[in-house]
Amino acid sequence: MSVLVFTIAIFGTSILAGLLGALTGLGGGVVIVPVLCLLFKVDLHYAIGASLVSVIATSSGAAAAYVREGYSNIRIGMFLEVATTLGALLGAYLTARVSGNWIGTIFGFVLLYSAWTSMHKIAEEKASLIPDSLAMKLNLRGSFPVTGGHEEYVAEHVPAGFGIMFIAGTLSGLLGIGSGAVKVLAMDQVMKLPFKVSTTTSNFMIGVTAAASAGIYLSRGYIVPGLAMPVILGVLAGSVAGSRLLVNTHVKTLRVVFSIVIVALGAEMIFNGLTGRL
Amino acid sequence: MPAQDEHGLEVAMGRMLQIGVTIAALVVLFGGVLYLKLSPSPRFDYQRFHGSPTSNENIHMLLSGVSHFDSQSLIVVGILLLIATPICRVIFGVVGFTLLRDRLYAIVSTVVLLILLFSLFPGR
Repeated sequence: MSVLVFTIAIFGTSILAGLLGALTGLGGGVVIVPVLCLLFKVDLHYAIGASLVSVIATSSGAAAAYVREGYSNIRIGMFLEVATTLGALLGAYLTARVSGNWIGTIFGFVLLYSAWTSMHKIAEEKASLIPDSLAMKLNLRGSFPVTGGHEEYVAEHVPAGFGIMFIAGTLSGLLGIGSGAVKVLAMDQVMKLPFKVSTTTSNFMIGVTAAASAGIYLSRGYIVPGLAMPVILGVLAGSVAGSRLLVNTHVKTLRVVFSIVIVALGAEMIFNGLTGRL
Repeated sequence: MPAQDEHGLEVAMGRMLQIGVTIAALVVLFGGVLYLKLSPSPRFDYQRFHGSPTSNENIHMLLSGVSHFDSQSLIVVGILLLIATPICRVIFGVVGFTLLRDRLYAIVSTVVLLILLFSLFPGR
């Protein structure tokens, strides 16, 4: 394959990955890494390097719109970024210590988990309304617009949420992804924040989390310009188009189809990892 | 603290992120067009990991590459701008929370900034 054909093929695939990532709400990274590895036979380290920088682009690009709507909570985001950036440092450090086959296997399981969460919208539990003293001290609360006013919320189980965010950061640094699914788990399920606040704040945090591993990735040579270029531009274009589509079309069937694709990718990553092909 | 000022900080952060990504993507695109026009051959082998650091290690080499319109150096500059964008957002947080007299969150933002700087310059 010539440079031109290869670059165009990667660009086209990245647009699809960005589109898929936006429509399923999982982000482009979780899709582009297995596709680069399995379809284009790219080394896992180059794949996660290219993915990581594309993740920074999509997170930052989408944040402006979310912030304007008033759902994302910058205080909660900033506080939890202490955990995710520390985790990302550990994850990026581990990429040189853990074999590619293990990274691929872990990646496969994260894919399966992500597909599962995107299929099952877990029923929102009502917050217990017992004020969490640590959350009050740290001012981890806010309000968001609802029809006819504002609804208030306070975070719960702060230490547990902080701990899971550390794991989310580690996975982000180890796999070159945003790990939005784990971030939402920490905020929505553990800290009992409203779902919309969790998803938008998670997106807001992804760029900073990824930036914490980027320096280590650069110094290790995971980020190569010729590959990162079409991935960044493609994933960014695809996710912008995807978020527009989300507003205009009914996406439930698409979601199911895409989830099946992600399950298939996850299964193949696990298979290749366990059989030592990555 | 007035909610209005806080929302102002959020909107400023959002706009800053948008501008940063746009500039970074344009630089990557410009480098990419040059890269494809020259189509260096043979193609870099992505199937095996070489483990050599990205050619940004030496800032002088990078700058000289940019001044010669070297396509790969331009793409690396775009990538560095992309990485700098969320870091700028955290700096906005440090300044913004200080201006809002929210000492706790000015400190929290500073801690995040220090972790990020440490990650960029390990062992220095």
